[in-house]
Amino acid sequence: MNTAVMDRASSTMIRSSNSGANLALRGIVKSFGSQQVLRGIDLDINAGQFVAIVGRSGCGKSTLLRLIAGLDEPTRGGIAVDGETGQRNQATRLMFQEPRLLPWQRVIANVEVGLTQTMDTRSRRNQARKVLAQVGLADRENDWPGILSGGQRQRVALARALASHPRLLALDEPLGALDALTRIEMQELIERMWLDKGFTAIVVTHDVAEAVALADRILVLEAGTVAMDVTVDIPRPRRRGDAAAAAVEGRILDRLLLH
Amino acid sequence: MKRIVPWVIPILLLLLWEVMARLGLLRAQVLPAPSAVAEAAWRLARSGELWTHVEISTWRALTGFAVGGGIGFVLGMANGLSSLSETLLDSTLQMIRNIPHLALIPLVILWFGIDEEAKLFLVALGVFFPIYVNTLHGVRSVDRQLLEMGRAYSMSERQLFLRVVLPGALPSVFVGLRYGLGIMWLTLIVAETISGSSGIGYMAMNAREFMLVDVVVFSILVYAALGKLADSIACLLERTCLAWNPVYAKA
Repeated sequence: MNTAVMDRASSTMIRSSNSGANLALRGIVKSFGSQQVLRGIDLDINAGQFVAIVGRSGCGKSTLLRLIAGLDEPTRGGIAVDGETGQRNQATRLMFQEPRLLPWQRVIANVEVGLTQTMDTRSRRNQARKVLAQVGLADRENDWPGILSGGQRQRVALARALASHPRLLALDEPLGALDALTRIEMQELIERMWLDKGFTAIVVTHDVAEAVALADRILVLEAGTVAMDVTVDIPRPRRRGDAAAAAVEGRILDRLLLH
Repeated sequence: MKRIVPWVIPILLLLLWEVMARLGLLRAQVLPAPSAVAEAAWRLARSGELWTHVEISTWRALTGFAVGGGIGFVLGMANGLSSLSETLLDSTLQMIRNIPHLALIPLVILWFGIDEEAKLFLVALGVFFPIYVNTLHGVRSVDRQLLEMGRAYSMSERQLFLRVVLPGALPSVFVGLRYGLGIMWLTLIVAETISGSSGIGYMAMNAREFMLVDVVVFSILVYAALGKLADSIACLLERTCLAWNPVYAKA
């Protein structure tokens, strides 16, 4: 079924990057009480790869992402970022489904949340301005988050996540609450930032089309295990409605709907 | 036009009151004319008596508020942040809360006499609970998702408190603050009226003994004005501190 697995590395080798992190998951099990959500996951993700995790709700995809981001600890097994299993640091950032901006801090200060406290005030401000400009919100730095649109808030959240130049960016359905057009814009922005900065990206989504539009590699999670590992070899920039993309999307949807 | 209309009825009532007093329909021993009250105010202001009493009352109000509100804020924060502290203290505090603090007046007079301590104690006790309860509620209702975000972005506990918990609890703290200010004046009025040798309440009670009804009415108005002033300041503070909140944003 998944012949593509054989050469999954081929497309990513070309843009192997020194600013992305390697990720290795070994025998990951996660239980909540008697409920086993993840049942033994082994996974290697290459530096600079864009991986999408899809699956039905309740398949454990968000749990897996939270483990990768260091928000939870696995019940068994280990996760190594660049060979290190310790606490996650500034090198790993997580973007949530909700923007989670501090409503009482202006946009620029919210971006500065992503920067380490050890930096001095001025270079923090400069760095935050730079990232804010990259997500196209340079003119909104002094606004309260409350007056921004949903898409703009999520762009501020992206700027906050990228401010410290993470080597691994985990995204937990970051576009789930946005309307269709804003979604496409955001996907393009995320792709552009990824191409530009070369971090390793792992996105959890329930939208297969989104996974196909963004990812080098798609993992289908089913009942806490990886059921399918698909390499997406469509050249970038990817055009929406592309036949090759539709074929990959169809294959994954067939698998998801079968069960 | 919109600015004038709300004032029409109050002004008419005031005029009606004045006319009735002049015609002798209202006896001066019951309700003196507005002009007589204004005269009394002028007299008291000129002699300096008014300012002495306002000063001592304001000092009592603010000191009691600072002590009671301060303790309420600190305990509210502590019990909101630490479940050990909450388990230890909250049910005791809730029990005390059910005692109307003004019911303690006889006991307080026995303890402290009729000196400053008695009034400060009552004001502090009255102000304590609204601030405590609302601070606790504010800390508890801080968005869990923001706390998780703060941790994921490796904020220290101190950072988390200053940037997430405190500002998140602030809207609720302000509710307690404004409620507490109301209780502050109410308590002070009662305490000063019952016992004391200075303050606005004393001024009113003293005037009653000499049947100076105009001074009594004026004292009541002074309390109203001070209450309104305190609330306006709190309101201004609220709008400044919570400018981020669309509810408080200036239209």
